[in-house]
This record gives sequence, C-alpha cells and structure tokens, in this order.
Amino acid sequence: MGNGWQGRLLRVNLSDKTCTIEALNMEWAAAYVGGRGLATRYLTEEVDPAVDALDAANKLIFATGPLTGTYGAANGRYMVVTKSPLTGTVACSNSGGYFPCELKYSGFDLVIVEGKAEQPLYLRIHNQYAELADAGHLWGKTTDETEDLIRAEFHGDAKVACIGPAGEKLVRYACVVNDKHRAAGRSGVGTVMGSKNLKAIAVRGTGGVGVADAPGFREAARETLKMLRQHPVTGEGLPALGTAILVNIINQSGGLPTNNSQFGTFDKAEDISGERLVQTFLKRNKGCMGCVIACGRLTKLVDPRFSGSGEGPEYETLWSLGATCGVSDMAAIVKANYLCDEYGMDTITMGSTVACAMELYQRGLITEEEVGMPLNFGDSNAMVKLVELTGKGEGFGTQLGLGSARLAESYGAPEFSMTVKKQEFPAYDGRAIQGMGLEYATSNRGACHVRGYLVSPEILGLPEKLDPQAIEGKAAWAKAFQDVTALVDSAGVCLFTTFSIGVPQVTRLLNGATGLACSEDQLMAAGERIWNMERLFNLKAGISPAQDTLPKRILDEPLPDGPMKGAVSRLPEMLPEYYRVRGWDVQGIPTTEKLAELGLA
Amino acid sequence: MQKLIRIEPSNCIGCKSCELACSFRHRGEFAPSKSRIINEVFMEDAQFITVTCMQCEDPWCRKACPKGAIDKDMKSGIVTVDEVKCVGCRTCVSACPFGMIRYLPETGKADKCNLCGSEFPECVAFCPTHCLKFSEEDLPLREKVLKFARTMKDGQGEV
Repeated sequence: MGNGWQGRLLRVNLSDKTCTIEALNMEWAAAYVGGRGLATRYLTEEVDPAVDALDAANKLIFATGPLTGTYGAANGRYMVVTKSPLTGTVACSNSGGYFPCELKYSGFDLVIVEGKAEQPLYLRIHNQYAELADAGHLWGKTTDETEDLIRAEFHGDAKVACIGPAGEKLVRYACVVNDKHRAAGRSGVGTVMGSKNLKAIAVRGTGGVGVADAPGFREAARETLKMLRQHPVTGEGLPALGTAILVNIINQSGGLPTNNSQFGTFDKAEDISGERLVQTFLKRNKGCMGCVIACGRLTKLVDPRFSGSGEGPEYETLWSLGATCGVSDMAAIVKANYLCDEYGMDTITMGSTVACAMELYQRGLITEEEVGMPLNFGDSNAMVKLVELTGKGEGFGTQLGLGSARLAESYGAPEFSMTVKKQEFPAYDGRAIQGMGLEYATSNRGACHVRGYLVSPEILGLPEKLDPQAIEGKAAWAKAFQDVTALVDSAGVCLFTTFSIGVPQVTRLLNGATGLACSEDQLMAAGERIWNMERLFNLKAGISPAQDTLPKRILDEPLPDGPMKGAVSRLPEMLPEYYRVRGWDVQGIPTTEKLAELGLA
Repeated sequence: MQKLIRIEPSNCIGCKSCELACSFRHRGEFAPSKSRIINEVFMEDAQFITVTCMQCEDPWCRKACPKGAIDKDMKSGIVTVDEVKCVGCRTCVSACPFGMIRYLPETGKADKCNLCGSEFPECVAFCPTHCLKFSEEDLPLREKVLKFARTMKDGQGEV
C-alpha cells in the first residue's frame, strides 16, 4: 500500500554541508500534482523570483512525480526546477533514463539543493542515508567519466545525474545529464548546478513505490499499455525511427528551419533523417525505465574522422546541429551530439547558437580571425570544432557559451538570434506552423516545443487535424495543450505517451496511485494552476509580457521557399485571443478573478 | 509439457517493465530490487539481458535446503519455496549458481520466481515487445532456427 508518494524530501545545504529530511507538503502535492508543479510551488515559496539565477540564493530542485517509478505510461521521468540563467524565467527541464526512478526508490520525492559549496562536492544518497562528498577529483571530468568514477567509488548500481565541464564553466545552457545520455536539457539548469559547485547526485535506492488502489492501478496500466502499443505513433513510428521520424515530415511541411531560419526547407533533409540514421549508426532502440515506446536511439559512430557511442541524436538535435547550420553530415551531427552529452550542453541552444554565428559570419559581422576559422553554413567540421570549444570554454567557444541572444546582441545584431526570452526555439518554423509560433511566444521558459506541442494536431493530425496556416482557435488549443502538458509533466509521465493516451488515462493512473478521486476537470485545473503559477514567477522576475513575441524574421520576413512560401507568423492576431482564453487582461497579466479561481490569489 | 518464460534478448528495450510488474504483483509495490526477474542494461555494448529462474530439472536450491522447504512440482515444473517450512537460513541463496533465489528481510524467507503459480506470469503480461514469452516450446529458439533455415533456403535458390 501507499499513495505514489514517499512523503519525504531531502534538503541539501551546500553552504553548511548539511542534509536534512523533511516531510513533503502533501497539501501542495495534491494541488500541484508533483514534479514540475510541486517543485515550482516550493521554488516560489523559497526563492525571490528577482534573484540572480547564479546567486547562492537561487535553489535547484530535483523532483519526481507521484507516478515516477511505477508502470503504465512511461512513468520514469523527473524534472529539474530552478530559475534559469539563460532566460531569467522559471526553468523546468525533464529527463528519463533510470535515475528518476532510483531517486524515488531511495525514499525521496524531491531533493532541494540550496546555498553554494566552497569546493566542488557531490551528493551521495543510499536509501535514507545522504551525505556530501568531495568532488575535487571529478571536476573537469565529462559526464560519462564522472558516472564511471562515482560508480567505482560509491556503488556499482548507483544512478548518477551530473554536470560536465560546460556546467562548471557556466555555459548558459548547460544541462544535467543522467545515465550518461539522458538530459534535463534546456534553460541552463546545469549552469545553476555548476554555480553551486555541485558536480553530481548519485543515488542507490532499494525501496519501492506503493499505490493506493493496486487492482485499479493495474487495470489502468493494462489499458494504457494496449493503447500505446496499438497507436501508429507510439507503437510503430517512434520505436522504428525515434523522434527523428520528424525530419522528413517537417521538411515536407515547409517548417524545418534551415540556415538559421532563412529558409523553411532543407534540400539535404534526407541525409539527416531518422531513416538515414537507421541505415548508418543506429545499433538498436531503447526505452527509459517503465517505457513501452522506446524512442531512444543507441548509436555507435563508424567514421574515419570521428568515434564514440551513446544515445541519440534526437530530431531536435538533427535539426539544430544539422539543418539550421546547413549541415547534412550525419557523422558530424552524431559526434557533436555525443560532445554535447559529454560536456553537458543543450543541443538545441548549442546548434542554434552556432547557426546564429554562421549568419553573423555570412553577413560580415564576425570575422574569420574572431572565430579562428571560416564559418560558412554547411561546414560540418567547423560546427563540431565549435561545439568542442564551447564545452571546453576555449577560444570563440566562450562567446558561443552565452547563447545566441547574448552573442547576437554583442555584435549589434539581435535580430539574428532565433530566440524567445533568450531561449532558442526548436525545430519548427513559427511561420509554417502558426500554433507553434504562438507556443514559442507564450511558453513560460522561453521558446520551447514541449510546453504545448501543437505540431501534434497541426502536422500529425492528433488528436485531430488542424490547418497549420489557420489561426482560428489556435489560442484555445495552445492553452489546452499547455495545461495538459503541465499536468503530464508533474505526474511523472513521459509527454510522448500523449500521442495515444489522454487526460482520462492519466487521471485513472493518478487516482489509482494517490487514492484521491480527482475528476478530469480538477486535474486540468491543476495544469492551469501550474501554468499561471509559472507566469506569476516570471512576472515577478521582471519578464515583461512584451517578451511574449517572436524574432523579427518570423514576424516580418515571409518564408522564401517550400510549401509555406510567403507565410509569416500571425502572432499579433493570436496573442490577444490567447490572453483572453487564459483569463488574463489585455496586458497579459492574470486577473485577480482567474487567480482566485485557481487558488493562487 | 511444462511452460517456461522464454527470453529473446534482441527484442528487449531495457525498460524494466518486467521488474516493475513482478515486484508490484508479488511485493505489492514497484521495487525492482525485489523483483524475481532481472533486466540488466549494458549501455556501452547496446545489450539488454533479462534473467530469471529457469526452474531447474534438479534444482541446486532444493538440494541445498536443510528443511525440505523447496520443491519442484513434476506436473508444472515450478520450483516453489514453502514459506511455512522455510526458516530463512539462506543456504539456497548460496547454492544457486545463478543468483535467482534471494532472502527477503521483510518476510524472513527465501523468495524466487514461481511463474506466478497458477496465473499467467505478470512480467510476460507487461512486456511491451514480447521479448518475454510464456510457452511450452522454446519459441525464440524456434524463430532463430527458422531464420537460419530460411537463409540456407535462400542460398539454395541462387545456386
């Protein structure tokens, strides 16, 4: 028996070198579901949103959901929540692998890290025993080296989440890598970890997770297993080709940003497609813990120039290190992807920042001397070299480590940064796919695809087909997808399951686990509550609604090619409607009525 | 004939659904460390290997048990621990060369796979890729033999 929760959080103060166990706030757990929602609730309570993200006063929260560690819907996720040093907004990055469940099995739902260590430390958790250990010998090591060293000295079965050299050197988009190849990738959550001199969290947990209604939970899981296996996306497409299945689909839709979004199609898309990956470097597919989809790609490089093995690349990475840099060299992309994992950097921001630098070079705003090499679009060797320099914090890599917004700004050309709130948008052009433009502009962590994935209806036709060029109703769709995603993330479920399962299934699993009798409407309201709480954090952090916008290129420059030729984003028409369906005022501020309705007043 | 859990590693995706299903069914909680079936992930080699009790013909654990608490049912082939007779001495744990019987501190008894007794094995029911099968014949082996035979057949056609 149980209720999906362990009921405990571990508070780690790096300044005092203390680890203390606290009871989980179960009232908050009910209102904010868990994971992303619950951790953000703690963050808003304990951290001034106006704090400098790299100040010791910022906190870093590792959070599981009530379903993390169970089965049914790829329930192996955890989230890292903090204030982002890239965007200045709230940050929440999600990852799978095996670490999240191991953390739950150790008996903790959350780990709150606060303060700053004087010397590099790492956290060791063995069930309910936690201690801080010296990490001097790990500092400077890559993520895979770090995991191997920790396993050798702590526990052979330990699961490890750590930062690489990029996090130590405060690259603004460093990630927290777990199980060597899975990443809480975006918004610089690894940068915050680096600023605190925390190298890693290693955990060995031999306990379990109980649920309130075992027969009901099992029955719900049988249903989701069947739905996931029978659906063409989660049962066939993702297992066979991974997320990379999208390269050809999005290119054919005219929405694959190419050469830093100067074009919407890439004539060499086939060379960087999921199909090509299968023919070249794919060894097999794999799932995270409890996952029945298995979109993960285990790959091994066989190339005269490069070597290595690991997981990925994902679709977004094939695009960021590929199409948007004009690069069609699959081996180079795979290598750069490995380097991003090893140094611990977000592949989306990394590739998009290289693309931005390429355009600055194309327009004569950066010289070959500054970069240390020619930097033409399509130069795969330069791309790999710059990824390496960024991870090491050397040469021109120090400037790339700032992200494209700060880079372009420093050269007086902010318009060449494809960002919202200083975070690079992923592999969908907001002109070709109108709903995604709205999603980028309104996402609470800056441009992002996994806050409200409208590609699903607009391109894939799930749950129903929408015209990607239409704007009617897109605001309501964006809100609904954003709220559902907040719920799914917070539960500890993988977002990819929602191609085939929906709120009814998540509700059954959640109720079966927690023993609560929440209605679907109540859980949707929880998603909306989480979204509004994040919005409030951002407003208090000084992120003006004026930043709910898109780069000039997406708003004003018509797409010059492909099936969506001539399109620009119609964000100015969609945004007022979005604010209205959100129950916010015309300035984009949540109204007191809305906040009262959500219990946030 | 007696049925066994048949394992085809090439179908495995390393999701550990088998461990989750087993521990939930038998221990009432999701606890891979208490599962009777183990899914090991060898990431560097891109290999996932699943192991469980093979219900030996002449089980080491049974021979080792000083209390006669372990028996093999000749009809089903299942090797079972009688929790009433078991005194938790762990002799069987030492005896099994495969590590497929263990001592559970919470019960004070030895614990091993019993193919879910009279019910369909839960790990097989939750295996998403049919890496696990519950069958009399060794179906994965049969598939391998057939694949080999087909290759031979195709070669004959080209002569």
